[in-house]
Amino acid sequence: MTAKTMSRKNRRMILVVLGLALLGSGAALVLTAMNDAIVFFFSPSEIKERNLAADQRVRLGGLVEDGSVTKAGGTVSFIVTDTVEKISVSYTGVLPDLFREGQGIVAEGRLGPDGVFQASEVLAKHDENYMPREVADALKKNGHWQPGMEPVADTP
Amino acid sequence: MHKYANPTQFIRIANAVLPWSTAIAVAAFVIGLPLALVFSPPDYQQGETVRIMYVHVPAAWMSLMVYMVIAGSSAAFLIWRHTVAHLIARASAPLGAMFAAVCLISGMLWGQPMWGTFWVWDARLTSVLILFFIYIGYIALLDAFDDPERGDRAAAILALVGSVNVPIIHFSVEWWSTLHQGTIITMDGLTLSGDMARPLLIMVAGFTAFYVSVVIIRLRAELLAAKIRNARQSLAAAE
Repeated sequence: MTAKTMSRKNRRMILVVLGLALLGSGAALVLTAMNDAIVFFFSPSEIKERNLAADQRVRLGGLVEDGSVTKAGGTVSFIVTDTVEKISVSYTGVLPDLFREGQGIVAEGRLGPDGVFQASEVLAKHDENYMPREVADALKKNGHWQPGMEPVADTP
Repeated sequence: MHKYANPTQFIRIANAVLPWSTAIAVAAFVIGLPLALVFSPPDYQQGETVRIMYVHVPAAWMSLMVYMVIAGSSAAFLIWRHTVAHLIARASAPLGAMFAAVCLISGMLWGQPMWGTFWVWDARLTSVLILFFIYIGYIALLDAFDDPERGDRAAAILALVGSVNVPIIHFSVEWWSTLHQGTIITMDGLTLSGDMARPLLIMVAGFTAFYVSVVIIRLRAELLAAKIRNARQSLAAAE
């Protein structure tokens, strides 16, 4: 192998590495700048910080607060919390199977002038903890249940 | 490493691996599928729907693994002009596209009953869809030029550019809020109970071994095709 071909290979390697580094940093800049458009939902705290324009459609994500679900006719009302802030949500329509108190959900709609979030769509968010029912029950019994999972039935 | 760039050397190793990977794939599916689809426990929230995970997670995992193989091989091809590296990438591409498609479709079938929707444009779902499109673009670009060499190089560059998407897919569920749940296979282990982790790991092993076997078979065909091409060219040159 001559010195000349060696240097050509090295040059190509430097080119590939440099190209990838540039591309990577470019992508990082774009993604950082577009962060608000990429996030799928905002927490109640983020929505309250943001001073949304009236009638701006957003997605609100958080946990359905225990004991907050009330149904009247076809309309469901509940409170979504991130354990710091809370937002009341009103929704008319079919709820996903996984919707329940303590469950993570994402609601799409508008924040009304009265501070009640009028949702046009409600999706259930599932976390990455998979287990059979017996394990879930045992965890609840031992008090190893973690926040974000379905809450312990007998918490105050 | 460069000695494996020799096709004869490489195919000798590949032929030795093939019966083993095939045996592992068959064993893993024979044991893993009944475990995953029948004998593993239903989830406390998802019920029986959890079984989709035993196909979805290995497919998602493989769609990223195969892409990393393609990107790594493409870099080796561009830098050292290793033909075998390029043929590995070429042989892998349809498999990767298939894994990405299985991942997307199984995810949609799970999303409808669990989330309440087949599809949302969150960071995870969107970035995996882009991965699928990159696979399709790569396959299309390979044979898009009259001069095969140019197509090979253009596709390899596309594969390298597309590799930016791999960390985005992996970390999308950490960097942004998404509807998609966090990663099941993490550095600290699995976020699954043991009865569910075992069939999942067996299925991941099965998918991986399946890929290795099929890619070796496809690679042998690609090498033969390359040999025929070369023979034709030298015949044409001799006339």
